[in-house]
Amino acid sequence: MTVLENITLNEEGFMTNSAEWTEEFASALAEKEGITLTDAHWAIINFCREQAGDSGAAPTLRQITSGAGVTTKELFQLFPKGPAKKVAKISGLGKPEGCV
Amino acid sequence: MKTFLILGAGTGGTMVANKMAEILDMQEWRIVIVDQDETHYYQPGFLFIPFGMYSPADVVKPKRNFLPPQVDIIFSEIELIEPEKNRIKLSRDKKTINYDYLVIATGSHIHPEETPGLTDEAGWLKSIFPFYNLDGATKLGSFLKFWKGGRLVLNIAEMPIKCPVAPLEFLFLADWFFHERGIRDKVDITFTTPLPGAFTKPRASSILGDMLQDKNINLVPDFNIMEVDQEKQVIRSYDEVEVPYDLLVTIPTNMGAEVIGKSGMGDELHFVPTNKHTLQSDKWENVWVIGDAGNVPASKAGSVAHFMLDVVIENIQRHMEGLDPLPKFDGHANCYIESGFEKGVLIDFNYDVEPLPGKFPLPGFGPFSLLKESHANHWGKMMFRWMYWNILLKGGEMPFESQMSMAGKWE
Ligand SMILES: Cc1cc2nc3c(=O)[nH]c(=O)nc-3n(C[C@H](O)[C@H](O)[C@H](O)COP(=O)(O)OP(=O)(O)OC[C@H]3O[C@@H](n4cnc5c(N)ncnc54)[C@H](O)[C@@H]3O)c2cc1C
Repeated sequence: MTVLENITLNEEGFMTNSAEWTEEFASALAEKEGITLTDAHWAIINFCREQAGDSGAAPTLRQITSGAGVTTKELFQLFPKGPAKKVAKISGLGKPEGCV
Repeated sequence: MKTFLILGAGTGGTMVANKMAEILDMQEWRIVIVDQDETHYYQPGFLFIPFGMYSPADVVKPKRNFLPPQVDIIFSEIELIEPEKNRIKLSRDKKTINYDYLVIATGSHIHPEETPGLTDEAGWLKSIFPFYNLDGATKLGSFLKFWKGGRLVLNIAEMPIKCPVAPLEFLFLADWFFHERGIRDKVDITFTTPLPGAFTKPRASSILGDMLQDKNINLVPDFNIMEVDQEKQVIRSYDEVEVPYDLLVTIPTNMGAEVIGKSGMGDELHFVPTNKHTLQSDKWENVWVIGDAGNVPASKAGSVAHFMLDVVIENIQRHMEGLDPLPKFDGHANCYIESGFEKGVLIDFNYDVEPLPGKFPLPGFGPFSLLKESHANHWGKMMFRWMYWNILLKGGEMPFESQMSMAGKWE
């Protein structure tokens, strides 16, 4: 029984209710993606949750790099292969919009 | 005398000037429009220039021809906007203009310098070209005329971009062009995109993805470009995937006008935070935004600017009467996608409904087919240029509504 089982994800793996999010959930989901969360990861997760605010809309890659003070390269090292989407999932937010 | 000021005389600004000139009482108001460039570019035409289908002369006309005589036109760079003081500063003669109402229509522009290595002199405009401006499109045309083939890579640096279907159209037209020239077997075409598929919306993405496959165009999704390594002739992503090229066609990062950033009015890409349903600035109630300049999550396209027009005009008039703006803009976009061989696909969508199959604009009849290739759609696109110059810019009636309709579509 893991925290992941108590949470509803949509077919793409994004949380449907961002209020259900907990730090344990983030760690568990990150683990599943092969990431062990460090302070550097948490700084970004916290930034994204703050940015999203009530709307639950995840920030884009550029919003993260210009707002959280990391370079894109660092972001890719922390959350390999599609950091914007990965951070959004781990932070319990919806799919990053930005693409229209 | 009150001042109604419009920044930018491109697609959106020109339409607003024409509409407001009909509406405002010229005894009471003066309408001023500012732009740094005397030439109006029909940007959708840039797509056809690399393939010799249009010449540069087909896509330029003097801006003045499209603005009514009662509007003051000032050709100057806008140096600064000071929304707290309701005024702007121009570069020309260091002039200041005070305004009562401001419409921002300064568009979006490409910034190749955002990608390291892209504009290094060795290859820039020699084997690496953008086609989102006239100069790049023209030089790419000269290059393609004599190209013997090799690896053609098209890259989208970052979303959002204006006219998000233009890269796909470029690929389809390239496939056709090389067929016609008898060298398709000598050209390897690859599309690298930061999106997870061919397009932004899932239904359309899968249909357009199949079309790429049918045309033997390789798709590399989730490709976030980090740099261009001109020496090795590869583009490299942040996760170290390399794609080699002989000819690189780039859609560089798109950003709002620099003056928006400089004036502290924009987000991280210099797009103005705007209410996505009323088109009023989030911060200043006498500031309104039309076209590519805003951050609304709709496609950045001329057709969208046209659908925004009625909403902006109505809401400004309401504001003048002391009424609240109405949340009428639904994100409606309508794009013809050239698919080569004199065919095209049409998509119609808004904030909530993704592109669906069906007939447009008359349910069941068309003449245009949605999400499906047809010759009529190609002719629709070719007619669009005439409509753009003769109807759209003047704010005239187009044969479809601003709000999207579900009639004639199936889910
Ligand atoms: C290759 C390509 C293909 C396209 N195809 C299509 C299509 O098929 N269908 C479609 O609907 N749309 C298409 N578009 C998109 C369409 O052209 C734009 O979305 C539309 O022109 C946006 O209008 P706008 O008024 O917001 O900006 P623009 O028309 O770009 O006008 C902005 C104006 O602001 C001026 N300006 C900016 N900064 C300053 C400053 N500091 N001082 C003074 N002046 C300034 C500029 O000179 C310019 O005239 C295409 C675009 C491209 C590049």
